[in-house]
Amino acid sequence: MAYKIIEKRQLVPDVHLMNIQAPDVAAAAKAGQFIILRIDEAGERIPLTIADYNADEGSVTIIFQEMGKTTKQLAKMSAGEELLDFVGPLGKESEIEKLGTVVLVGGGVGIAPIYPQAKEYRAAGNKVISIIGARNKDMLILEAEMIAASDEVLVATDDGSKGHHGFVTDLVKQLLDGEEHIDRIVAIGPPIMMRAVADVTGPYDVETLVSLNPIMVDGTGMCGGCRVNVGGEVKFACVDGPEFNAKDVDFNLLMSRLSFYRKEEADAITKSQKGCGDDCKCQ
Amino acid sequence: MSIRPKMPQQAPEGRITNFDEVALGYTEEQAILEAERCLECKNPKCVEGCPVNIDIPGFISKIKEGDFQEAITIIKATNTLPAVCGRVCPQEEQCEKLCILGNKSEPIAIGRLERICADREREVGVKDPVVAPSTGKTVAIVGSGPAGLTAASDLAKVGHSVTIFEALHEAGGVLIYGIPEFRLPKAIVKEEVDYIRKLGADIKMDYVIGRILTLDQLTDRFDAVFLGTGAGLPKFMGIEGENLNGVYSANEFLTRVNLMKAYNNSFDTPIKRASNVIVVGGGNVAMDAARSALRLGADEVSIVYRRSDEELPARREEIEHAKEEGIVFRLLTNPVRIIEGENMSVNGVECVRMELGEPDESGRRRPEVVEGSEHIVDADIVIMAIGTSPNPIIFDGSKGLEVTPWGTIVVDEAGMSSIEGVCAGGDAVTGAATVISAMGAGKLAADTINKYLSK
Ligand SMILES: Cc1cc2nc3c(=O)[nH]c(=O)nc-3n(C[C@H](O)[C@H](O)[C@H](O)COP(=O)(O)OP(=O)(O)OC[C@H]3O[C@@H](n4cnc5c(N)ncnc54)[C@H](O)[C@@H]3O)c2cc1C
Ligand SMILES: Cc1cc2nc3c(=O)[nH]c(=O)nc-3n(C[C@H](O)[C@H](O)[C@H](O)COP(=O)(O)OP(=O)(O)OC[C@H]3O[C@@H](n4cnc5c(N)ncnc54)[C@H](O)[C@@H]3O)c2cc1C
Ligand code: SF4
Ligand code: FES
Repeated sequence: MAYKIIEKRQLVPDVHLMNIQAPDVAAAAKAGQFIILRIDEAGERIPLTIADYNADEGSVTIIFQEMGKTTKQLAKMSAGEELLDFVGPLGKESEIEKLGTVVLVGGGVGIAPIYPQAKEYRAAGNKVISIIGARNKDMLILEAEMIAASDEVLVATDDGSKGHHGFVTDLVKQLLDGEEHIDRIVAIGPPIMMRAVADVTGPYDVETLVSLNPIMVDGTGMCGGCRVNVGGEVKFACVDGPEFNAKDVDFNLLMSRLSFYRKEEADAITKSQKGCGDDCKCQ
Repeated sequence: MSIRPKMPQQAPEGRITNFDEVALGYTEEQAILEAERCLECKNPKCVEGCPVNIDIPGFISKIKEGDFQEAITIIKATNTLPAVCGRVCPQEEQCEKLCILGNKSEPIAIGRLERICADREREVGVKDPVVAPSTGKTVAIVGSGPAGLTAASDLAKVGHSVTIFEALHEAGGVLIYGIPEFRLPKAIVKEEVDYIRKLGADIKMDYVIGRILTLDQLTDRFDAVFLGTGAGLPKFMGIEGENLNGVYSANEFLTRVNLMKAYNNSFDTPIKRASNVIVVGGGNVAMDAARSALRLGADEVSIVYRRSDEELPARREEIEHAKEEGIVFRLLTNPVRIIEGENMSVNGVECVRMELGEPDESGRRRPEVVEGSEHIVDADIVIMAIGTSPNPIIFDGSKGLEVTPWGTIVVDEAGMSSIEGVCAGGDAVTGAATVISAMGAGKLAADTINKYLSK
């Protein structure tokens, strides 16, 4: 079975949106879950969060940033082409319930997974305040969608070209110190951002969830490559997560494990750019 | 001196640089020569040792006549995957262990004879199967390992409409993702899977039950269900340093190598190539991981196992192959801590020596730590091959499915679970076991489902 790309567009430089025809996945998908795709026979399996889904149309939306070999190759594909594999929905769905006020924090491409959560938290009767951040205003994705899905949206950019000049964590702290009672914070973005959010909320009595993105292979609990340390216990992010209580997560371990294949990944990029053949030994 | 003809194989020096099959298989002359030794006992013991009771003297007598075609027909009457079983079954613990010739000299090389029959058949081309007219009944099979494939094959043959759901992108279970190419060429597994498609079974890949559909939904939509979900959840030891970069579960290491073909430069999945590799464990999984690591170019690969050579649970042939290839066996040794190097990487393993004490509940002598025997073994990669437990995703949304505290599915003698119309078998029921026992369970369940559907 192949999975057709119905739509593909660039959101901002290096970040792309794709709608994929995958009716069975679309019918079962919930906010907080992810898929694993493989472009072709020689391809790697890479996990991407479900950014949106439409059961009626049978489509699933993914939003990805060009990082290395696979995401760059994916970025070159266009509508009409097909992916060889598209497995999902994987992971546990977010436990979305009526709590009161929920703050959703999305950094960079992490705004994509926050978006379906905003919709579902609001549908469940919560007040949703979203804090979205990017390096600069040209790198900010899904702003209009987030405004439509939230009661309030705060923006932060590292260079101050839009909204608050600084990090999303500054805005989180302002909210925590403000009048409004906050019942839950969900932060998704680069591990360093999630760790910073955990550090900020640590002293406050507020539930803080993060979605972890360790390197994965199967996504079904079969390899243990995705293991993370949460509260001193080993968890497999693909089946026990990907969402965990931020205050318990060992972010140093997560970041170090994410960098394990740095050399192999760099080699893969050089090799594909040079257009070397299969038996190339130039590495 | 061996009485059996010697198995042609790739020489150790050459084979450690490639992933091609090690054992090359008997020639027809060798097979006939070996078959000649069979006494065709009236009351053949070997058949009792075979979990699916192949008519062993029956097929061997056809080999004596040089009729490999008829021999494979006899084998296939009870065994759906002979090319696989001939390569990976622990024959020395099963049929060959009971062969009467073993008392005085060497038992018949039943596995090798089984293999050549299957290989000859593939060379001439497998005949298209005859399928019974449709019964109009539908059966869902979860998992495409040996248990699922066998159940699917038996159920499709009698005319039920069979759909296999497989979580991974290729069918075959451990045969595809676990057992390496050099022991079981993937082309063979693919042919077996194609044969099951020819029987009319629909195989849906990338389909995780418990996620896309739950078991409860499957029981609503199908007349019967078979669960052959295997035992793929890796165990870790719980020692210090186990989350360091460079510590793999054997399943991750082997999945990267076999399913994702990381050994081949034209595939994208990365694998670390290391100088010193330690594999913890002594079963087939440990041997496969160690021999794969060696082929990826490691300078030294050692097996660290807490009991002695005699207790190594792997097939003897694999142990011998591993030794020929230069794998170091650190027996009566157990890791206690993985030492952290730069950037949370592995920089050696602290081990202790063990000695064997009194027998424990399992009847095996209990390994005990030798005081003061701590020592450090060089390593930059550590692979944990200390066992697996049943894959748990299937239990999400499976009301009423009874499971043991160890996560294995509870079934009765006929293979039926606590939910009527839902059978289970293979590693999901027994915990990690063997290909042939999984196949046997798939057969039994197919029979039970067939009876259930004819009610
Ligand atoms: C549950 C989950 C959800 C994710 N959701 C998104 C998303 O919605 N959008 C998005 O842009 N990215 C997402 N990611 C990250 C994405 O999977 C990686 O960026 C991608 O795999 C990089 O592959 P590459 O070949 O392009 O780059 P590489 O050069 O191979 O890798 C770049 C970096 O990505 C990470 N990475 C590499 N391979 C994997 C892998 N198999 N699994 C996980 N991480 C890997 C490593 O940290 C690596 O250093 C998610 C990751 C996880 C685990
Ligand atoms: C490295 C290794 C070497 C081995 N060597 C030998 C050997 O030499 N000889 C021998 O006899 N035995 C050997 N074994 C053991 C043997 O392979 C297993 O006992 C046998 O494969 C079990 O078969 P099974 O059908 O029960 O499960 P598996 O082969 O594990 O197949 C289960 C399948 O179910 C799929 N699945 C699981 N959950 C779901 C779900 N929720 N939805 C959809 N699909 C799902 C899995 O992806 C998998 O493909 C070895 C095992 C390993 C790991
Ligand atoms: S027990 Fe040995 S000699 Fe007797 S039939 Fe079986 S293989 Fe032949
Ligand atoms: S990705 Fe393999 S266990 Fe999570």
